Amino acid sequence: MSVEQTLAHIPHLRRYARLLTGDASRADDLVQDTLERACVKWALWQPGTALRSWLLTLMHNLFLNQRRDWRHDDAHASLDDVVEASHEPFSQVGEQMDMLKALARMSPALREVLLLVTVEEYTYAEAAGILDIPIGTVMSRLHRAREQLRALVQSEAAPPATSLHLVKR
Amino acid sequence: MNDPHASVGDVELHALVDGQLDATRIPAVLDWLRMHPGDALRVAQWQAQRLQLRQLHRSLEVGETPAALTRVVTQAQRRLPWKHAAAAAVLLGVGLVSGLVGGRLIPDGSGDASPHMATAEPAFAREAAIAHAVYTPEVRHPVEVTAADESHLVQWLTRRLGTPLKAPALQAQGFRLLGGRLLPGPHSPRAQFMYEDTAGHRVTLYVTVFDEGQVPGETAFRSVREGALESFYWIEGRMGYAFSGELPAASAMALAREVYRQLTP
Repeated sequence: MSVEQTLAHIPHLRRYARLLTGDASRADDLVQDTLERACVKWALWQPGTALRSWLLTLMHNLFLNQRRDWRHDDAHASLDDVVEASHEPFSQVGEQMDMLKALARMSPALREVLLLVTVEEYTYAEAAGILDIPIGTVMSRLHRAREQLRALVQSEAAPPATSLHLVKR
Repeated sequence: MNDPHASVGDVELHALVDGQLDATRIPAVLDWLRMHPGDALRVAQWQAQRLQLRQLHRSLEVGETPAALTRVVTQAQRRLPWKHAAAAAVLLGVGLVSGLVGGRLIPDGSGDASPHMATAEPAFAREAAIAHAVYTPEVRHPVEVTAADESHLVQWLTRRLGTPLKAPALQAQGFRLLGGRLLPGPHSPRAQFMYEDTAGHRVTLYVTVFDEGQVPGETAFRSVREGALESFYWIEGRMGYAFSGELPAASAMALAREVYRQLTP
C-alpha cells in the first residue's frame, strides 16, 4: 500500500464526493468509508492499475449501497426522472451555484454517470465498469442527466413561475 | 444505416461532446449538426454543461484534509506490512515467514513452564494476529457489539461459542473494553474482545474454543513479536487465548499477564 499515493488522492476524492453527494459532511463521510474499505480490501488492488479508478469504484459501490433502490431503476425511468423539489425556486446566484443546485436535484444514479464521464473523463466503457452496469445504461443515464440539466438550468434562469416539470424527449 | 448522414443518434452526439467519437465519424456528425439546428443547440448546451461542471469541480474549495481522513490511511499502513506477511503465510500454508518462527517462551512466574522453545505458534495465534491487524484500525466500527451493555456482549459471544466466556477487566491498567465481535474460524466461530486506552492504543483478546481432539498440545504462555505487534497466547482446557497489542514489550507483557491471571481458574 502506498500511503503517499493514497493520501495524495484525498483532496480529489473529497471534491468528487462533494459533487456526488451535494453536501460537505456527507461527502467526507463517504470519503472516510471509502478509505476504510480501501484499507481493508487493500490486497484486492492490483498494483499497476489506476489507484484512483479503484478508489472511485469503491466510492461508487458505497454510494450505491446507500441507495440500493436506484440500482434496479432502469425499468422505471420515472424514478430517474424525478426531480427533487427545490426549496429555493429562484435565486439570483452565479452560474456555478446554479450548476451545483441543479446537480443536487438530479437523481444520484444519473449524477454519478454524468460526473464520471465529464469530470473524471472516463470512457463510457470504463464508467460502465466502475458502476458495474451495461454500457447501454451508461448512455441512457448520461442522456437523461444532460437533458435534465438543460431543463433545470433553463428553469433556473426563467421567471419563478416556471414549472420545473421536464419534457421527456 | 448505409447513409452515414441518416443515422446520427444521441449516442454519437454524446460521444462527440465527450471526445469519444470515432475520428472517422466526426465529419459525418458535424455535417448532421449543420443540417439539424435543434441537435446542434443541444450539443452546444451539453458542451457548455461539461465545461461548467469541470470548472465547478476544479474551483470547489474543500479546505484542509481533516486529520480523521488522513488517519484512516496512516493507521492502516502501520499495520499493513504485518497484515500482508500474515495473510501471505496463511495463504501459502507455510507458517509465518520471518521473525515469527521462533516463539519465545515466557516464564509465567509460577515456575512450571517447560524450558523448551516452541517451533511455531499454533494456527489460532496467527488467526488472532490477523484479526487484530484487520479490526484495530477501524475508526468507526472496530467492534460489532459495543461494551455499552457488557453482559449482553458476553452472553451473546458465549452463546455463539457454546462455552462460558469472560471479558477481563483492564480498567486498572488503563484500558477500557470497547466491545467485541464474532469471527469465523476453521471449525467453529471465534470471539474477539477489543480494549482501548486514553491514547487510542488498542489491544485485543482472541478466544477460541477447540473441539474435543482438536486442542493443540502446547499449553504454555508464550509470546511472539512481529514488528511492533506483541502477541501472547496460551491454552487453558479447551480454550485458546491470544492477546495482541502494539505496545512496548514490558507493558504488553504486564497486560497479558493480567489477562492470563483473570482467565485462569
